[in-house]
Amino acid sequence: MSATRAALPPKQQLVDTGRPVDRRRGSTLLRHLAVVLVVGLLLVGVSYAVEPFRNFQLATVAAYLCATAGLTVLTGLNGQLSLGHGALMATGAYTVALCQNAFADRGMTGGWLLPLSLGAAIVSTVAVGAVVGVAAARLRGPYLAGVTLAVAIVVPALAVTFDGVFNGEQGLSVPVEPPPMALGPYFPYERWQLWLTGAATLLALLLLANLIRSRYGRTFRAVRDDEVAARLAGIHVARTQVLAFVVSAATAGLGGALLAVLAQSVSPGAFSLTLSLFLLMAVVIGGLGRLTGALWGAVLLVALPDLTHSATEMLTLSPAVAQRLEGNLPLAIFGLTLIVVMIAAPGGIQGLLSRLGRRLRARRS
Amino acid sequence: MDRFVFLTIDGLSRGAVYAAFALALVLIWRAARVVNFAQGAMAVAAAYVAYTVSAATGSYWLGFAVALVAGLLLGALVDRVVMRHVDHTSHLNPVIVALGLVLLIQAVLGMVYGNEFRPAEAPFSRSALTVGGVAVLSPYDLFVFATIGVVVSGLAWMFARTPVGLRMRAAAFAPEVSRLLGVNVGGMLTLGWALASGVGALAAMLVIPTELGLHPHAMDLVFVSAFTAAVVGGLDSPPGAVVGGLVVGLLLSYVSGYAGSDLTPLAVLVLLLAVLLVRPGGLFAPVTARRV
Repeated sequence: MSATRAALPPKQQLVDTGRPVDRRRGSTLLRHLAVVLVVGLLLVGVSYAVEPFRNFQLATVAAYLCATAGLTVLTGLNGQLSLGHGALMATGAYTVALCQNAFADRGMTGGWLLPLSLGAAIVSTVAVGAVVGVAAARLRGPYLAGVTLAVAIVVPALAVTFDGVFNGEQGLSVPVEPPPMALGPYFPYERWQLWLTGAATLLALLLLANLIRSRYGRTFRAVRDDEVAARLAGIHVARTQVLAFVVSAATAGLGGALLAVLAQSVSPGAFSLTLSLFLLMAVVIGGLGRLTGALWGAVLLVALPDLTHSATEMLTLSPAVAQRLEGNLPLAIFGLTLIVVMIAAPGGIQGLLSRLGRRLRARRS
Repeated sequence: MDRFVFLTIDGLSRGAVYAAFALALVLIWRAARVVNFAQGAMAVAAAYVAYTVSAATGSYWLGFAVALVAGLLLGALVDRVVMRHVDHTSHLNPVIVALGLVLLIQAVLGMVYGNEFRPAEAPFSRSALTVGGVAVLSPYDLFVFATIGVVVSGLAWMFARTPVGLRMRAAAFAPEVSRLLGVNVGGMLTLGWALASGVGALAAMLVIPTELGLHPHAMDLVFVSAFTAAVVGGLDSPPGAVVGGLVVGLLLSYVSGYAGSDLTPLAVLVLLLAVLLVRPGGLFAPVTARRV
């Protein structure tokens, strides 16, 4: 009896090896494509509606979103804590700077150069991420956090030590070409920046969203929840962890590269340990393990310093006090919020929102 | 040769401080299974309190004593107000909360004192005494060795010989049983945090005058070095932490003396990775299976 069942498995099981087939909601890829398309169109609309400075801020949100989305996949879905994502962003940023400078020195121009530099940034960060990831796959909990913390501290030291290449504390400038002439002579530069970073980030998010819903995403979660059970189920734990780290590193590198393109410069000061902590903070406050949570986190990273800046401007303070407050108040608020969120609402903003949504739906039905 | 002797002494002196700081990490790890990533920031906060008191009264020693008390209180406060309420089912949570504390403490210090280096005075001369034409020890190095020696042996005596030490070990080893036997497990945990934070504050008071000065981020690299020291010795082993501290101190001293001080963070990372990949439990750990 059992032998025949083994020889003739039901047909459905044979089909169901890859993506989960959810007939009610259609293909995952198509659904994600539709969301990306709608958001992209919305962004183009918004880029015409708001002033240039807001465009620049939105572009910064998009760049941060790349990095936070990658980190939330690593920490939230795979359970690996990284304090070194600032360093990975620096890798991407410096690669873009070196590539763009090399192109500019040789007098090369063209719209395809920037995507090429971004690609190089991703490749170099993947290489660094693979090295760190192989080490990380053997480490657990606080050990992993300690190693990645050391990675975050090493970056400024490296930039200063090899100042022939990285130009020390001063950093490098990143030459970026103006928007293509086809868009008209008066096309605002900030809008072009938003289009550029928005497109890159949406592409990265599309890939991440599909990865999360795929077999790989499920193995990520399985390894996070119980390594032994995952191994018994035939999952190669170390390989899965390295893969998660590499994917996360690639998006962090892209995020760093986009930030460098936006700021048109890179310096070690921009990629300090505080940036790594900020990224972690952002994904935890937004809601660990969800891409929408990463979005809230990225928005907070840009909005909070801006809000505290306007708040300190409203108070009449002496310049010295105002200067101290301005740099540190966002940090203090971030730290405090993080502690409160971890103790009171571990799901973060997105967790609260989904709970609210469920309650509303329950009341309606 | 002179240079080698100088670097060795300097490394041992720095290593003694790392040893104390690593010991503080080990204390909390053994008591609560938490690596206190906020320890550097907490120690700097205590050092700032000492700075304020010293500046107001003009007495270094009063500030020194106040720093230790502030460290003890801060440790107890962090445990009671924050860490006690964190969900410890995932090992990520305490680490993330500690990092939140780092941001919060450093930001508050920056708001009150400003983000610039302040000169920190040393109670003894830092110029080395010469023995037979070779610069050997400075009075300050002697002070560091003596203080750390007293603290380490005091802690060892407390854990091994006193009823409180026994209760603390019992509470960490078997919390449920100890509670049934009448040990105040929560109180012991708070005491552990307070002691560790006090030792951390002491280490900060000793190391800051030898570096650039007082700054909210003054202990960042010291923390990473001390964490490395604790890992080298095995997070569970207090003697290991002391040996690890001395090893890391010597290594960093040689690297910065012979290869350049900018390379010390890289040396720490390489050492940390090497130890973790070759002997993840530290040099002094017995072989154990990972618990499932």
